Amino acid sequence: MDLFEYQAKELFAEYGVLIQRGRVASTGPEAESIAAEFAAAGQPQVVIKAQVKTGGRGKAGGVKLAASPAEARQRADAILGMDIKGHTVHSVLVAEDVDIAEEYYLSFLIDRAERTFLAMCSVEGGVEIEEVARTKPEALAKIPVSPLTGVDRATALEIVRAGGLPPRAQAGAAELAERLWAVFTDEDATLVEVNPLVYTGEGRVLALDAKVTLDDNAAFRQDWAAFADPTAVDPLEARAKAKHLNYVKLDGSVGIIGNGAGLVMSTLDVVAYAGEEFGGVRPANFLDIGGGASAEVMANGLDIVLSDPDVRSVFVNVFGGITACDAVANGIVSAMALLAGRGEQVTHPIVVRLDGNKAAEGRAILAGAALPAVAQVATMDDAARRAAELAAAAVHTAAGNGA
Amino acid sequence: MAIFLTADSRIIVQGITGSEGRKHGARMIAAGTNVVGGTNPRKAGQTVELSGRSVPVFASVAEAMAETGADVSVVFVPESGTRAAVTEAIDAAIPLVIVITEGVPVHDTAQFWAYACATGNRTRIVGPNCPGVASPGKSNAGIIPADITSEGRIGLVSKSGTLTYQMMYELRDIGFSTAVGIGGDPIIGTTHIDCLQAFQDDPETDAIVMIGEIGGDAEERAAAYIERTISKPVVAYVAGFTAPEGRTMGHAGAIISGSAGTAQAKKEALEKVGVRVGRTPSETARLVRDLVQG
Repeated sequence: MDLFEYQAKELFAEYGVLIQRGRVASTGPEAESIAAEFAAAGQPQVVIKAQVKTGGRGKAGGVKLAASPAEARQRADAILGMDIKGHTVHSVLVAEDVDIAEEYYLSFLIDRAERTFLAMCSVEGGVEIEEVARTKPEALAKIPVSPLTGVDRATALEIVRAGGLPPRAQAGAAELAERLWAVFTDEDATLVEVNPLVYTGEGRVLALDAKVTLDDNAAFRQDWAAFADPTAVDPLEARAKAKHLNYVKLDGSVGIIGNGAGLVMSTLDVVAYAGEEFGGVRPANFLDIGGGASAEVMANGLDIVLSDPDVRSVFVNVFGGITACDAVANGIVSAMALLAGRGEQVTHPIVVRLDGNKAAEGRAILAGAALPAVAQVATMDDAARRAAELAAAAVHTAAGNGA
Repeated sequence: MAIFLTADSRIIVQGITGSEGRKHGARMIAAGTNVVGGTNPRKAGQTVELSGRSVPVFASVAEAMAETGADVSVVFVPESGTRAAVTEAIDAAIPLVIVITEGVPVHDTAQFWAYACATGNRTRIVGPNCPGVASPGKSNAGIIPADITSEGRIGLVSKSGTLTYQMMYELRDIGFSTAVGIGGDPIIGTTHIDCLQAFQDDPETDAIVMIGEIGGDAEERAAAYIERTISKPVVAYVAGFTAPEGRTMGHAGAIISGSAGTAQAKKEALEKVGVRVGRTPSETARLVRDLVQG
């Protein structure tokens, strides 16, 4: 889970990481009143920063200076509602205008390849770090950090020195790095990034921006309720989550249901390949119903997928490993009955491929049920092709009806 | 011979009294696996009845090893207790620990992996969030279904559970020496490279199938390793060509960030070193079939 800048900064502040001060606003008048507080404290100039979980907002016009509370309101009104790389701006951070002397870079993250943690630090901050890594790799220090020993003040000093930070900034940066490490470990983060880390005209070192990604697997031992973001979640994804289904909305027209993350990912690919032949038909979603899927889970899955207005056909792709295909087939039959019971008419064709454990029994159950919407295909490749073909045909029919 | 797991392997289940431990412990025994015990400190001294066998419960991995000569542990404890369970297995210096549990916080995995390294790598770790290791006809440690394939001479290493099963089933007539599910988490113990080397060294493995997916650069590193070190033929499959950037696809590690971790980059890296890469799981199985029977 990614945090907004203002949430990340609130977290930093709890750990004593020095930050650019500010507060979040979701309307122009709110921004104005926050700016008025800064003005009353002798800081009439503020920065209005769009809160979106993506980079490049400065270039997109999502970060503006405002010289007065009235201007803060105008700027906030202009930024709120903007679209930045597909993310709608629902809030802005109204922050103090910091006197920046120098900009650096600092982060802690997971090094998957080395199976450990990594500190990255550079005197070249305020630009995309990928750009620094590409054009001036010698300016980006990468220091492995042992999960067993962590980062104390001495390690923190090593990190900021390796990054080439000037002596006058080293003590402040090391103190900040040590506290940032506490955020990284205690909050179960997979990334904490400060870009830029700034050295101010008054000689302070503080986090001007903040990026935090939290490990969803650690949610059971953390209290992250405050970070929930209802505005960012697709309504279907929210419904799926409430039913404990692993669903991701995509942009195609073939609804996908399968068991196992790898098999479902593979199913998306196979449908997209097959869809090339039918004018670029693509998968509409990722939905993993997991092992041992009951009739209810299958019904909930079908319900979610069929609720997607972009879906024209559905491909249920199940490999019976531990799960037996006869149970899956019974699940599909019950699911159709459940949906009918809820008054939901299933009009889209559903292509089912059952293979593996008790596949013959499962296929017989589906054949016996003679569900008009359900068509069985023996192999994954052929079933994907059939589902793509049906989706393409449905699109044409719909277009024909509309004309 | 097979790799990691042989007919001589003596297996214990950490978390044997829990529902997952019981269910899969029974399945493992039914598949002919030599399950010699389990652990649960609160139920030490008791036995659990699994597939008609009375399996003793010990207080710790060390005690279970001393009493039974166990050399493999399969971990089914919940995610909140996984770090402690694996640390216990490392302290006991059991040669192999297979961590089935999914949803383990990555900080915990980083901790126990670092601990295993710091204490001299006496314990091989497979997982977490993996289906386990199966050497058909010999032993089955984890949740891989035992009856979908047969014993043979193909080695399989995979990040994904169901794709592993799919591949084992499609090639059931040819059969497998060992299938290793390494898991799809950001940090894992045993890697593609470790398995490639083990299959290279295994006289009972003739060809290797490698299944990867988006996220990280493990497949690219495996490609470089194959070019330098592996002489046995390798066929690969990579899942996730249609996955969008920044969205996690089921596995915690299956995420494309920026230009890193795409399926296309992995496929190209593998093909560049002469690995045949299938477009679909079935096509991949056909490539293996042609190779072995051709």
